[in-house]
Order: sequence, then structure tokens, then C-alpha cells
Amino acid sequence: MTKPAKRHALTTRLWHWSNLVAMVILFMSGLTISNAHRYLYWGDWGFEAKDAWLAVPRFPDWMTIPGYYSLAVARDWHILAAWLFALTLLFGWIAMLVNRHFKRDIATRREEWRPANIKADIAAHLRLDFDHGKGKYNFIQKLTYGLVLGVILPGMVLTGIAISPGMEPTFGWMVDLMGGRQSARSFHFIFAALVFGFFVIHVLLVILSGPIWQLRSMITGRDGR
Amino acid sequence: MKRRNFLVAAGAAFLAGCNKVAESAPGAKLLSAAESWHKAAHRFLSNREALAPEYPRSAISPYFRGNGSVDPTNGDYQAQAASDFANWRLEVRGLVETPLSLTLDNIRRLPQRTQVTRHDCVEGWSAIGEWTGPQLSLLLDAATLRPEARYIVFRCADELSGARYYESVDLIDAYHPQTIIAHRLNGEPLPIKNGAPLRMRIERQLGYKHAKYLTAIEAVASLEDLYGGKGGYWEDRGYQWYAGI
Ligand code: HEM
Ligand code: HEM
Repeated sequence: MTKPAKRHALTTRLWHWSNLVAMVILFMSGLTISNAHRYLYWGDWGFEAKDAWLAVPRFPDWMTIPGYYSLAVARDWHILAAWLFALTLLFGWIAMLVNRHFKRDIATRREEWRPANIKADIAAHLRLDFDHGKGKYNFIQKLTYGLVLGVILPGMVLTGIAISPGMEPTFGWMVDLMGGRQSARSFHFIFAALVFGFFVIHVLLVILSGPIWQLRSMITGRDGR
Repeated sequence: MKRRNFLVAAGAAFLAGCNKVAESAPGAKLLSAAESWHKAAHRFLSNREALAPEYPRSAISPYFRGNGSVDPTNGDYQAQAASDFANWRLEVRGLVETPLSLTLDNIRRLPQRTQVTRHDCVEGWSAIGEWTGPQLSLLLDAATLRPEARYIVFRCADELSGARYYESVDLIDAYHPQTIIAHRLNGEPLPIKNGAPLRMRIERQLGYKHAKYLTAIEAVASLEDLYGGKGGYWEDRGYQWYAGI
């Protein structure tokens, strides 16, 4: 298979790096917000440790924005970066549908779901061979990127909206669907943890598969190999 | 261990950068502008009168947590509490045509609204309770706002860390049907930890807007001359004035 000389469209690269900035700010300020009340609940209400399904550990200051405990400052950053994050995601999706990057590179094809293909894909990953699919991305890559772009990142925005009391009069149905405000808050936290998990594996795989050419491709767009 | 040191160093550099941005004039402006974009988005997407969810009585949480001041010791509050707040007055004043001074009995005799609503604290927890009291709009109409009035300030009896508590809302939230002056919680007179004898309910915003130990309602044209100038005790300490986020 010949790979196209242009590996990543400008819009993909713009989305990817602005998303990274927004994400780091949201995640680190989110940890300060979590420190303000470290218990997560299911349902509409909850305020005491005994009602919690999870007591989250206290995150050390160096992991948080602003680097010392201030819920007020952390919330300032969180609600500013939320705009960058949500608008970039919207822009990324529109670009990806218009230039057909989604259909061409990320949507999986039926034959890729055959057990034999999935097995072969996993085996290749274990040999650290990531460049084996037919298209730009192999099956597992497509699936992961698809889930991140289509479920987890939009889920961050929707659960974030659901925790905001000012939005609830209009989006009450969404809060109900998530099982109540405290459930929505739990999902917001769980999704943030999933994003972090993806981030770690993603960066690890970039490093394993050749960080220099990968980064060059994601910055300049040209296939860096 | 080395990698961890690297992460810590990178984190520290990033944080220093963030704090530089936050301290710079345009950075600070951007950070506070984001709050008003959220407010604009919320108000664009929601009808001004749209109601916060109300629950059946069976949803009431077993106990209603108190936060911030839970037993004020300043002024004559304790003496007032000992006399069951018999001499408590609620003033309606500022930019109004007819200032009012109401006793608790006056307030209980007004038409009442009872609502089972959820209270969301900025820290993250929520509790559900049933609140009873007259709508704020009733008092504002009785006193008749002057055209210059743009905000309603809530004056409180309690001090927190040595500073007087206060809060404010704009006229949209002041006239919202669920904005009431509560004197009952779950069918009982308001407990001291929850703001006895009177507190605000501003149902579409976070808990710190719901001023407790209410002594006066004041119509003003600007928030700048009050205390820290940001329109509330927590706002003066950096929190968002629009607390619907
Ligand atoms: C448009 C996007 C987002 C919005 C509107 C939003 C909004 C919020 C709000 C309102 C809270 C406060 C919840 C509370 O009161 O406890 C919060 C908490 C939090 N956010 Fe976000 N957020 C967004 C995106 C993100 C992203 C992308 C991440 C991380 C990758 C993140 C991580 C967190 C974390 C860890 C918390 C603390 C959870 C807790 O313990 O309460 N948020 N967010
Ligand atoms: C330091 C951090 C990061 C680095 C170095 C990095 C690097 C890369 C590289 C090199 C690619 C191209 C992979 C390829 O062509 O095979 C890529 C793609 C991608 N990355 Fe990242 N990334 C980072 C953070 C993130 C974060 C935080 C997210 C989202 C939570 C993310 C989501 C994605 C997605 C969805 C793609 C596929 C883009 C597309 O083709 O539409 N990345 N990343």
C-alpha cells in the first residue's frame, strides 16, 4: 500500500494541538476541583463519605492548576478552556466530515471486524508493528480514535454541561438520562480518567512507533518517514 | 525516579506559565470573560423563566448539610436565636419607591411557594430539600423598583472569617419564579445551620449565591461600592459572580 505523501490534513493538526492545550488545562484544573470534594456519588444527591461510591485520592499540587489549592482559580481556568475544547472539537468534527478524513481513515470497514483480522491486528501490535493496516490507521487505531473522538470527548462536554445548574432547566432530560446530577459528575470524572488512560497509551505508542517522524508528520502534515 | 523529576519540572514550568498568563492583564480579562460567555450561552439556550427541576418529597435527602457559616457568633445573632427571632426584621430598601421593614410574621402571611429542589455546592456535592417562602418578586413589586435598579443585593447577619457575608443577583434571577425567601426547610422552621430565620433560594445557581441569615434586600445600580466590589463574599475572593456553571 502506498501511503499518501500528505499524512495529516491541516485541520486535523490544528484540532490535535489546540485540543492538547485545552485538555491539559482542563485535566489539571479538574484535579483541583476534585480536591475540593473528593467523593463521587450516584443519583441526584450526595454530600458525605458514607454515601460515596468512590473516595478519590487527593492529587498533589504539582499535578494541578494553579499549582496550589484554589478552587476559584481552577474553576476560572476550567470554564475558559472548556470553550476552547468544545469549539475545537466541533470544528474538528466538521472538518473531518467535510474532507472525508473520517470516512476514509477512521470509520472501520465490515471486513475489519472479522475475528481473524482482529486477532492479526492484536498480534501485530504485540510485535510493535503498527503500520500493517490497509489504510492510514490499522483497526485498533481506528476503533480507539473513533471512540475518543465520537464518544469520550463529546461525553466530556455533555457531562460538563449536565453538572452546570444554569443549564439544567433546559437540559434536565440529559441529566436524567445520566441518572441525576451526581451521576453526571461521576461520569465526568470517569471520562476524564479514560481520557488520561488514552493519553498515556497514545503517547507511549507514538514513542514506540518512532516519535520523531510521528511528531514531524503531526506538525508539518508531510509524512515524516 | 528521573522520569518523575522530569515530569515535576515540566509541570512546574507549565504551571509557572499558566500563572503568568493569569496574572497578566489580558489573561485575567480572558479568564473572567469566559464566565460571561457561559452566562450568555445559558441564557440564550434557556428561557429566562425556565425552572430548575423540582422533585417529589420522597427524593428529599436524609439531612441537609450546612456549609460556610453554620452558627454565627457575631453581633446579636445568638441573642436573636435565643428569642426565636421574635425581633428579626427584613428590610427592603435601596432604589425602591417604598422601603419596607417586615417581621417574620409579615413574611409568613404572604402567599407562599413550596419547592423541593436540589442544592449544588461549588465544591461538588448536592443535597435535596423542601423550601417554603414568598417569592422575591412579590416583595420587589410591593416596594416598587426604581428604573435605575439593576441588581438586588442580599445583606446577611453572619461574618465568615471576620468579613460580612453578602450576595447579589441581576433582575432576571431576582424575578425568577423559584427565587424565594425561605423560612422553612422540610416543613420545619429553618435550622440555624441552614440560615435561620431567613435565607435566599436562587435555584439555578450554585450554593454560595443562596445568602443565609438574611437581614435586608437592597436594590442597587452597581455592585462596585459594596465591600470588594465583585458582588458577593465569595466573588470578592475570586469565585464567579454568575454561578450557573
Ligand atoms: C466543555 C468541556 C467541559 C466542561 C463544560 C466542564 C465542566 C466542569 C464542571 C462544571 C466541573 C465541576 C464539577 C463539580 O462541581 O464537582 C468539572 C469538574 C471536573 N472536570 Fe470538567 N468540564 C469539561 C471538560 C473536561 C475535560 C476535557 C476534562 C479532563 C480531561 C475535565 C476534567 C474534570 C475533572 C477531573 C473534574 C473534577 C470532578 C469532580 O471531582 O467533581 N473536564 N468540569
Ligand atoms: C503530547 C501529547 C500528544 C502527542 C505527542 C500526540 C501525537 C500524535 C501523533 C503523532 C498522531 C498521529 C498518529 C499517526 O499518524 O499514526 C496523533 C493522532 C491523534 N491523536 Fe494525539 N498526541 C498527543 C495527545 C493527544 C491527546 C491528549 C488526544 C485526545 C485526548 C489525542 C488524540 C489523537 C487523535 C484522535 C488522533 C487521530 C487524529 C486523526 O487522524 O484524526 N492526542 N497524535
